[in-house]
Amino acid sequence: MPLMFAESELPETGLTPYLILGALLFVCGVVCMATKRNAIGVLMGVELVLNGANVNFVAFAAFNPAFQLEGQIFSLFVIVLAAAEAAVALAIVLNFYNNHMTVDVDTAEELKG
Amino acid sequence: MTDLLSKLLALFLEQDTANLIAPILLAIIQGSVLVGFVALSAVFFIWLERKVAGRIQDRLGPTRVGGKFGWLQTIADGVKLLVKEDLIPADADHMLFRLGPYIAFCASFLAFLALPFGNGVVALDMNIAVFYMLAVMSAEIFGIILAGYGSGSKWSLFGGMREAAQMVSYEVPMAICVLVPVIVAGSMRLTTIANQQAGLLCNWYVFHDPFTFAAFWVYFTCATASCKRAPFDLAEAESELVAGFHTEYSGLRWSFFFMAEYASMFAVSGIAILLFCGGWNNGFFPFLPGQDLTDYLGPIAGNVINAFVFIVKCWLLVFVMMWVRWTLPRLRIDQVMETCLKYLLPISCALLLGVSLWQVAMPDIVLDYLKYLAALACVGLVLAVVFKMVARRAPLPFAGVTPLWKK
Amino acid sequence: MTLPDLQALLFYAVAVLTGLCAIGVVVTQNIVRSAAWLLFTLGGVAGIFFFLGADFVGATQLIVYVGGTLVLVVFGVMLTAQGPFISLRTGAAEWAMSLVVGLLLFGVLAVTVAHKETWASGRAPAEKQKPMVIAEDPDSSPNSVLIGHGFLGQPIGPNKTAYLLPFEIVSVHLLVVLIGAAYLARAKRRRGAAANAADVR
Repeated sequence: MPLMFAESELPETGLTPYLILGALLFVCGVVCMATKRNAIGVLMGVELVLNGANVNFVAFAAFNPAFQLEGQIFSLFVIVLAAAEAAVALAIVLNFYNNHMTVDVDTAEELKG
Repeated sequence: MTDLLSKLLALFLEQDTANLIAPILLAIIQGSVLVGFVALSAVFFIWLERKVAGRIQDRLGPTRVGGKFGWLQTIADGVKLLVKEDLIPADADHMLFRLGPYIAFCASFLAFLALPFGNGVVALDMNIAVFYMLAVMSAEIFGIILAGYGSGSKWSLFGGMREAAQMVSYEVPMAICVLVPVIVAGSMRLTTIANQQAGLLCNWYVFHDPFTFAAFWVYFTCATASCKRAPFDLAEAESELVAGFHTEYSGLRWSFFFMAEYASMFAVSGIAILLFCGGWNNGFFPFLPGQDLTDYLGPIAGNVINAFVFIVKCWLLVFVMMWVRWTLPRLRIDQVMETCLKYLLPISCALLLGVSLWQVAMPDIVLDYLKYLAALACVGLVLAVVFKMVARRAPLPFAGVTPLWKK
Repeated sequence: MTLPDLQALLFYAVAVLTGLCAIGVVVTQNIVRSAAWLLFTLGGVAGIFFFLGADFVGATQLIVYVGGTLVLVVFGVMLTAQGPFISLRTGAAEWAMSLVVGLLLFGVLAVTVAHKETWASGRAPAEKQKPMVIAEDPDSSPNSVLIGHGFLGQPIGPNKTAYLLPFEIVSVHLLVVLIGAAYLARAKRRRGAAANAADVR
């Protein structure tokens, strides 16, 4: 059947395009975290960064037989921990919104030294 | 299949061009067949829903278009929807408003890629088919939330938020209930699971042990809720929210939501049939496990009959969903959440634990004979109910009065 | 005529679309539109996982990220929105700065990736080890079976690693997060309700 590969039938593209895609996702995430003022936008940046890392993990797992399963298992852990992180972050954002009536991260400056 | 197609194409083209085109062509054919099936079954379901509603509410339903039974009513509706003005409210976020229906429809359509209609009659025979289907169908919520938010209307926003809360909660017990037969079968591939249930009725996993039997009902409840069907249709509760998330939609965009709803109804019924009720096996012939009609009637006739059996079973479950919708009153939103989090979730966790223990600890002799007992009891119960309905038919309150439409 | 590799073409199409959607997440000012772009990015990444044969990870990505995390994020947006469509603007100077930094970072990463021969050598070597298959069930995906056994503590893969302890830690972590998030999100409202009750009294 099309689209599903057996282990020996990886696409002929090699590893590099996958790593470049991962790098692009990572950089987008970093820029997103830096530019968004909405706290939830920052959270989306974090998700992008984690996804870039995941693409790298799975690509290495597919192209390097020594880490065939390690890469996939690591990315599973990353996905699960990202979900947990998003839940806590959203709870914090909600609390912040209840106290300050905004989600602008620039207003969170009370602890500035 | 790809090889066959490429050989066929090689009659007209060069061999390597044919090899290139064949998978693309196959994908296009499979995609169009599935889209056609989804659209046609939506047409049929809308007609059926009106007839069922009419029957339950003691009226006739559609009677005019296309003969006595209103066969063509849905086509007429479709034409009406096509020529309707396509409105986008001024306050709406145009991109999200346009995106919503397509995401909802694509998500529930993608699930059909892994849904087997017969032994091997499947677009993509995935190893983790049931997990994939659950995963893809969970993306349908997103289209609804975007539609609810993008409409720029209070009713839509309320509908979208309710939908988000409800679907995220109900996904959990639904997935756990799916795990129960998966544990029994030892595979997540739907074709394998269905093949293991070949043979007589008692081989169906719903009769395998008490836990799978309970899991079937819990799964069906959760599936009804995740398709946002009544009594869980809080997202579009028309008595409170006008029409919920699709208040602002009209014409073709609105019909996409409808198609998505009917498509996902069929998909969740398909999962239920494949996991619990024997898939395409009709349950009458004592085949060995792994055998089905294709071994006796050849691949074409056998698969056609298998697909027919499977589709009829799914329609039965969809019919039950309609029956429930027009019979039960709608719950309140807090009751919906309470049902899920306080009842269905603990029950499904207990079922998961129970079936694991059962698989480990129960002696084989019980495993072998309990299913016969369970199947016999169920068939007996159904027969008894039918017999009672036929035998002691109470006179209708208005028996003898000529109905209005016959005067 | 050399025929294009269909799988490679499909991969490039999906990868380019995923990248564009990721850029869309950054560029869009409206937060819910960002979430929509993020949806497509995550879906595209799941597609990439399917390409790489990691079907279990791909489906997990779909069910956890798209069906769970992203819905939660949009839920958060709806709960914290003041206007009908909130958008907090970013200044032009900030944009320019982050664009420069981002491009530099991407350049460094891309050059590193492309120049490292051992990574870029492409296909796996021919003497590829077959993974240790525990269950002799031909129907189950080797990936999902092996991952499942690994999480249950059996040594899997060429490196013979077991993952029972990390799995348990993650489970406990999830439980802690569940309770913590519920507590954090509820705390304020409960205090408000108590204060209201006191006022009434």
